[in-house]
Amino acid sequence: MTNISTLSAKDKETVKTFWAKISSSGDAIGADALSRMLVVYPQTKTYFSHWKDLSPGSAPVLKHGATVMGGVGEAVAKIDDLSAGLLSLSELHAFTLRVDPSNFKVLSHNILVVLALMFPTDFTPEVHVAMDKFLAAVARALSEKYR
Amino acid sequence: MVKWTDFERATIQDIFSKIDYGVVGPAALSRCLIVYPWTQRYFGGFGNLYNAAAITSNPKVAAHGKVVIEGLEKAVKNMDDIKSTYKDLSVLHSEKLQVDPDNFNLLADCLTIVVASQMGAAFTPQVHAAFQKFLAVVVASLRKQYY
Repeated sequence: MTNISTLSAKDKETVKTFWAKISSSGDAIGADALSRMLVVYPQTKTYFSHWKDLSPGSAPVLKHGATVMGGVGEAVAKIDDLSAGLLSLSELHAFTLRVDPSNFKVLSHNILVVLALMFPTDFTPEVHVAMDKFLAAVARALSEKYR
Repeated sequence: MVKWTDFERATIQDIFSKIDYGVVGPAALSRCLIVYPWTQRYFGGFGNLYNAAAITSNPKVAAHGKVVIEGLEKAVKNMDDIKSTYKDLSVLHSEKLQVDPDNFNLLADCLTIVVASQMGAAFTPQVHAAFQKFLAVVVASLRKQYY
């Protein structure tokens, strides 16, 4: 299987090191990123019409934020082959959820904003570029089964 | 015409009254040059941009970062007509500097991330939304005179 990742060895190392520092805050990061995505990009609410409460910090947002960051954590562990590692998640997003892939970039941006505000000293420009590339690679892997 | 809520107006004035232009401007521009290295194409005369450390310590980058944020202040002071306020700046970026306007979004994202890291938890989803709305209006105004 072709690995389309463009992450260098240094990128992967940077991501893994940073993730080790922040992973215990995974649930909080996911909740904040999702909360703010729904506020800052209201068009994303269209995917959650089945939730009773879309406000920041609501129960469904907290739960789903944790789910999403759990997926990101899985991607870190499988960083050497994201296409294979995220296969079932890709099928889920392609066939069941059918999230327009442009939204991956939107959520990634919100994750980066949360990382900046929660970890201002650690989220240096070098970490920022590695994480941005990593989240883009995750988005590509998730988009693979779309068509 | 752009409609601003009282909250949005107050938020933008508040953010720009609190941030240190000498810190935020340079940090946003250097982050942009590091995270999106192709943006370096516009800064051929700035000397050493070979790596993140060089960019962060480059005095021309720092000086220009300050110029950019001082330019943003014009919009902060004229929120009800950013389009006219930025007419000459738009012509400058289009005809003289010949900047691909998609790059404005890249710098805007870096500004959001730097301001978020400065404000921490005070950069709530609502404050974040107001800030991105402001930057979106700025970017649209800068794009206006391109043809």
